[in-house]
Amino acid sequence: MADKVLEVEHLEKYYQKKHVLFDINLSIQQGEVVTLLGPSGSGKSTLIRCLNGLEEYQKGTIIFEGKKIVPTEKNWQQIRQKIGMVFQSYDLFPNLTVIDNILLGPIKVQKQDKSAARVEAKKLLKSVDLEDYADVYPRELSGGQKQRVAIVRALALHPDFMLFDEVTASLDPEMVRGILNIIKGLANMDNMTMIVVTHEMNFAQEIADRVVFLENGHILEQTPAKQFFSKPKTDRAQAFLDSMDF
Amino acid sequence: MAHSGISVLLEGTNFTRLLGGLWVTVKIAAIALIVGIVLGIILGVLRTFKNRPLRLILRLYLEFFRIVPTVVLLFLFYYILPRQMNFNLPADQLATLVFALWVAAEMSDIVRGALISVPKHQRESGMAIGLNRYQLYRYVLIPQAISLEIPATINLATRVIKTTSLLMLISVMDVINIGQQIIEANNHSHPTGVFWVYGLIFLFYFLIDYPLSWWAKRLEKKRLERANG
Ligand SMILES: Nc1ncnc2c1ncn2[C@@H]1O[C@H](COP(=O)(O)OP(=O)(O)OP(=O)(O)O)[C@@H](O)[C@H]1O
Ligand SMILES: [Mg+2]
Repeated sequence: MADKVLEVEHLEKYYQKKHVLFDINLSIQQGEVVTLLGPSGSGKSTLIRCLNGLEEYQKGTIIFEGKKIVPTEKNWQQIRQKIGMVFQSYDLFPNLTVIDNILLGPIKVQKQDKSAARVEAKKLLKSVDLEDYADVYPRELSGGQKQRVAIVRALALHPDFMLFDEVTASLDPEMVRGILNIIKGLANMDNMTMIVVTHEMNFAQEIADRVVFLENGHILEQTPAKQFFSKPKTDRAQAFLDSMDF
Repeated sequence: MAHSGISVLLEGTNFTRLLGGLWVTVKIAAIALIVGIVLGIILGVLRTFKNRPLRLILRLYLEFFRIVPTVVLLFLFYYILPRQMNFNLPADQLATLVFALWVAAEMSDIVRGALISVPKHQRESGMAIGLNRYQLYRYVLIPQAISLEIPATINLATRVIKTTSLLMLISVMDVINIGQQIIEANNHSHPTGVFWVYGLIFLFYFLIDYPLSWWAKRLEKKRLERANG
């Protein structure tokens, strides 16, 4: 049962001359929830962007569902359907209605049957309490509603693996809980495998099976969540937790 | 004798001849705009790709058509190319070609400008759901760029229509050339005919261009209101 969904071996990433990720090794089991923690600028976003090909990496290997990824644009287009990603800034397409935002991937990329995809999209919208918003444009939604649509848009492709990059960081506080509950539901009910980058320590503790702690582009520790939040292995992680008022 | 001038327009087939000239003008402008805009969109998209040599060539193409005055372009294609390269086209088709190439150049810049002003996150969200490059442009980037580029495109159209007044220089039978012929033929009988003929031509151009520039202004105002609201 302990199938590995994703393995990262000796990954190195440079932005031009600047070395930002150093010898990253990581492996994630089916159904596992990993939270990626670390100070600002430590490379969290860069790392998860490498995992779905939005950033190039200069060295190392990524193995997804047992297959080594050959990083061509064509291959990434296939793999991205299996690895959903949600960003901090929601970024719905303003030229499309909510439902068309959601259907673009299923219909154009995956060539799913139109009416079946539409039925499913409506069901997904209902699951995030937005069934009445299918035909409105994103500009008419609040930040929290946009982010829920963005999550649904990613899920509509039936991904095996989800990446969340600080998806609550630009939301009003009263919107945050709703989004976190959706992610939690995905982790617990749907047994979704995921990497979550967040600054919400309480949330990280609630959902994480394991914490990967990153600093200056190095993974300093990978620790089971229970242990990390009570007694992390490194002083740096302890200092980080202290600084988060946690 | 003031009323005798205007009758030049009604004499014989003068008025229908002027309308015929106007039709030639409009046809050249319209075909050049359609062909040029389509070609310009393609070139504009290509100019947002990473390929450097391609971008450089397209940039040079733009600069050439932007720097060289349209009159010179018309002369170049009409007088010089046929002799040097054995490239012969009737004057009106040649004019259409020159205008289309010019529109394509200007349009490529409008399209490129609009495309690169679509936020980077939009591109990434599109890639994240597995869109390929064609789909990304087709469903995400171009639709968002269009609302930015429509006013500039309409302004380009009004400029093209105005510039068709140069067509007589390569002896295309456009509205101005025909007007000129009518004036010359009626010089004795209608000495003030020149005012009426050009007055009518002015009216023709005004009736075509004014609604266009009004429309462009309105769209631009709406867009700004939406951007600020
Ligand atoms: N496009 C880029 N070009 C050059 N350097 C970049 C780029 N993006 C990020 N960096 C640098 O790479 C490092 C890692 O950045 P990254 O955004 O991955 O950090 P992060 O852990 O996500 O930070 P935050 O918590 O603030 O989101 C930083 O030093 C940053 O300045
Ligand atoms: Mg980040």
